Amino acid sequence: MNLEKVVFAFFIVLALTLNFGFFLGGFDNVNHHNAYELFAALVVSLIATVLKLGDRTHIGAVLLATSLVADLELALATVVWAATVYGAGAGLTPRLMGDIVGLSGGALLANLASVIILVTETVMVRR
Amino acid sequence: MHNATYLLLRRMRAPLIVLICVYAVSVLGFVLIPGQNNQGLPWHMDFFHAFYFVSFMGSTIGFGEIPFPFTDAQRLWATATIYTTVVAWLYAIGALLTNIQDPAFRAVVSRASFVRAVRRLRDPFYLVCGYGDTGSLLVRELADRNVAAVVIDIDPQRIPELETAGLPLLIPGLCADAADAASLLDAGLRHRYCHGVVAVTNDDQANLTVAITAKLLNPQLPVTCRAERQDTEANMASFGTDHIVNPFDTFADRFAMMFHSPSMHLIYEWLTGERHAPLKEFVEPPRGQWVLCGFGRFGKAVQRRLDFEGVQTTIVEADPERTDPPVGSVIGRGTEAVTLRQARVQKAAGIIAGTDNDANNLSILVTARDMNPRLFTVGRQNHWEHSTLFRTAGVDIVMQPATIIVRRVLSLLMTPMLAEFLRLARHQDDAWANRLVSRLSGIALERPPETWALELGMAEAPAVVEMLSAGTAVTVAQLCSDPRRREDALPCVPLLLVRHGQEMLLPEADTVLRADDRLLFCGRPEAYRLMSWNVRNYNRLNYVCTGVERPSGVLWQWLAGHKRH
Repeated sequence: MNLEKVVFAFFIVLALTLNFGFFLGGFDNVNHHNAYELFAALVVSLIATVLKLGDRTHIGAVLLATSLVADLELALATVVWAATVYGAGAGLTPRLMGDIVGLSGGALLANLASVIILVTETVMVRR
Repeated sequence: MHNATYLLLRRMRAPLIVLICVYAVSVLGFVLIPGQNNQGLPWHMDFFHAFYFVSFMGSTIGFGEIPFPFTDAQRLWATATIYTTVVAWLYAIGALLTNIQDPAFRAVVSRASFVRAVRRLRDPFYLVCGYGDTGSLLVRELADRNVAAVVIDIDPQRIPELETAGLPLLIPGLCADAADAASLLDAGLRHRYCHGVVAVTNDDQANLTVAITAKLLNPQLPVTCRAERQDTEANMASFGTDHIVNPFDTFADRFAMMFHSPSMHLIYEWLTGERHAPLKEFVEPPRGQWVLCGFGRFGKAVQRRLDFEGVQTTIVEADPERTDPPVGSVIGRGTEAVTLRQARVQKAAGIIAGTDNDANNLSILVTARDMNPRLFTVGRQNHWEHSTLFRTAGVDIVMQPATIIVRRVLSLLMTPMLAEFLRLARHQDDAWANRLVSRLSGIALERPPETWALELGMAEAPAVVEMLSAGTAVTVAQLCSDPRRREDALPCVPLLLVRHGQEMLLPEADTVLRADDRLLFCGRPEAYRLMSWNVRNYNRLNYVCTGVERPSGVLWQWLAGHKRH
């Protein structure tokens, strides 16, 4: 058992599930999407990225890339949220929620790609 | 991304994760802890404000409690998070600095920059393994001749010396084991501008490994090696090492030559001298009984050559079990008067101190000279630092392995024709050598002369090729005339002419040249510059050969043509 792989698998799957939790619900329904979940998804995704820093293997580099994509979109979602609600003082409109959930959906795909790569790699190792 | 970045990122994982976790927990705490707004109503901080507050608090700026004054619960949490965020930051920054200062990390960084510097080289260079006395002298002489080098040395103190040596070229240096194939490859063993490998470490085994690695990884590359033992030499020769330099044999050879023909020795010294050394003077060692202290590798080489020249030697050796000196040798170190008296130093013509210990060698020479002031002294100097001591002691001939190796390697690398000339010159008699010495003295040398080879091809001598194909004869004397005033001869001497593999020593002045002849000259540096003018510029050569200044412009050529008709 490789502890490094277990820890990474834990964080990447956690990032995927948290993100999925946030994403789930009516697309533009403000009440279906929780800020705490978005926050948790972002933090866990960041940790997963750091865990892949300095990995010289090819798969490691691809995982770093996919989790960077997820970070980028989640960070963008939070910035959009903060900027429109507090910056412009517009309040949380269904249209805005649609944008935020769209970005988190993009991050969800990236997380999914990470998990698929991880599962593939795990299956390839016959030990 | 190279190794260093990976290493740094890998080591920064833990501090970064700690930082992210501390921030996440702090932000979450502020979001969860209830507060009050300015009307005293319950209020929850949102993620945006919590992140803002933690950000400025974590970096210890502190803008106060915003947007509303905190409740006691919030203050309690803020107190806790101030300490944890500061600690997390200190840990992260500390880890970063530690990693940057880490010797292993720095080694990776300097190796990467070395590899880049080597890859960027766009001029011919030599790969020099070993930067001790010999290596540093060799690199300096190469750099003075505008030839680059790449240096590998195992001692970490020597590579910084490379930077402080004040060399005119940028010489990349790597601290690594030269016997390691990866280091040699990093140092450009397969680089297209690498012209040769020179292994001059003080360890025969390392030199041997370098030679075999270089021959396996790049068979075309010429390899020059230093070897001090016969078995290493034989081993190196067995797999095709191009040149093997044994400092003891080389010195013994030159030293014996002094008995045979002092002028010939002087020619060797002059033609292979270092750039900045003053010119050697004529020395004639006395014949008669010689005392040789130390019968190791050096002593054996000298004794064999002296024996061949018919010079009798009495050997003084401290450890006869190991070195096996001939019968009748005196046992002792030679540093005491008793031993020297036993070797009849009072009646001897000269003494050679050839042990591997500089202090002992000096002691032998000083003691012996006290007993016999007319003694001719020869000392073996093992370490470069002791030069001043040997000079002050007034030793007649000092044998420095570093200088000997460097001279030999340079003549082999820079002008292979010179090595050829010296090989041929050996077979000439003393009268021939005397004549050449007087010719060389005639061109008024204060410094060792420059030697240069010239091939009469399109690349090096286009003017000569053009002239020859036009049917005009060009002689050696004409090449050696001043292109500014052809009545004056340039201060140089033609040493060797090679035509279709046939060698002509000291070609006569009226020898007519042919295309593809190869010539070797020696003389003052300015002679080389002016001769380059002769062989490259058709008008200059035409003037030198015919005495007529040819007009160079089309108009003047046309006018000149009209005048002639």
